[in-house]
Amino acid sequence: MHELGIVFHIMDTVEQTARDNHVSRVQKVVMELGEVSGVVPQALTDCWNWAKKRSQLLEDCSMGVEILPAKTLCRDCRQVYPTVEHGRICPFCASGQTHLLQGTEINILQIEVI
Amino acid sequence: MDPVRILEIKESVFENNDRAAQALRQELKSKGIFLLNLMSSPGSGKTTTLKATIAALSGRRKIGVMEADIDSDVDARAIAETGARVIQLHTGGMCHLDAGMTRQGLEGLEAGEEDLVILENVGNLVCPAEFDTGAVKNAMILSVPEGHDKPLKYPLMFQISDVVLINKIDVLPYFDFDMDACREYIHMRNPKAKIFPICAKTGEGIDAWADWLDREVEAWKSGHGYRKGAKL
Repeated sequence: MHELGIVFHIMDTVEQTARDNHVSRVQKVVMELGEVSGVVPQALTDCWNWAKKRSQLLEDCSMGVEILPAKTLCRDCRQVYPTVEHGRICPFCASGQTHLLQGTEINILQIEVI
Repeated sequence: MDPVRILEIKESVFENNDRAAQALRQELKSKGIFLLNLMSSPGSGKTTTLKATIAALSGRRKIGVMEADIDSDVDARAIAETGARVIQLHTGGMCHLDAGMTRQGLEGLEAGEEDLVILENVGNLVCPAEFDTGAVKNAMILSVPEGHDKPLKYPLMFQISDVVLINKIDVLPYFDFDMDACREYIHMRNPKAKIFPICAKTGEGIDAWADWLDREVEAWKSGHGYRKGAKL
């Protein structure tokens, strides 16, 4: 449900970048989504495909999504493990003293322009 | 065929909004206005809590309220009865407010004399947590019937909230709500979060919360209040 709000912010940034660089059309925008960012990739691209028609610069612009795996660090045994599989509890030493290293990112990586 | 160029952006989707929010906070600071962002799920008692809070602070603070909803003005009408200045914002289907919309709301409210403006965000535990509104402090309400496990399910909301009001404590005997576990889960997400158990309907606990808010407003106006992470 929040994907549409996020799409409007992506449009603002991409349009601004395009104008700053005097480009006439943007062909593709590439996003980087953390595995536990809470953004559903399919919902994001669906919202994008609906919203882009409102912008001349972006009407032919497709969206690519790269997924960044979520990783958690255990503060007790210092090992890094995949977050989605094991959650907050370290699979090596069963400690709960863990923190997320990456996985919440919602980044605009780059755009392809003409 | 024109050659295709790649332009690197490499920035968070929220960076633009974060900048706008920071600028708004700075402006509010210079005007001596404390903006509180109040969030919760639908039906947790935001409007009732707000009415009780306004009553508790009457005579101490000049209060303005921005009611954000997808549609209707029932909340704004309820707040107007308290005598506080109020504006209803319609988000047009959007599930949250961002810094730009908050700025528009403040302009519409013509906030100037107020020293406390409360933004009642759209009822939702997901999206409002992601967008910095420019508020000085974030408060959220968790009501007893929702259950004590919500901090586990909506981690970001609890992580960014400076205050959690646990509302509807009058119905505690009828629900399997574990207050100690709830406190523990909230502090797992944000060790600094202040927790106030309240009942907006009976007024229990409202004074402690209103006093805290009053002190925060005073600190902000006198130049000592900072929002976590804010650089002013």
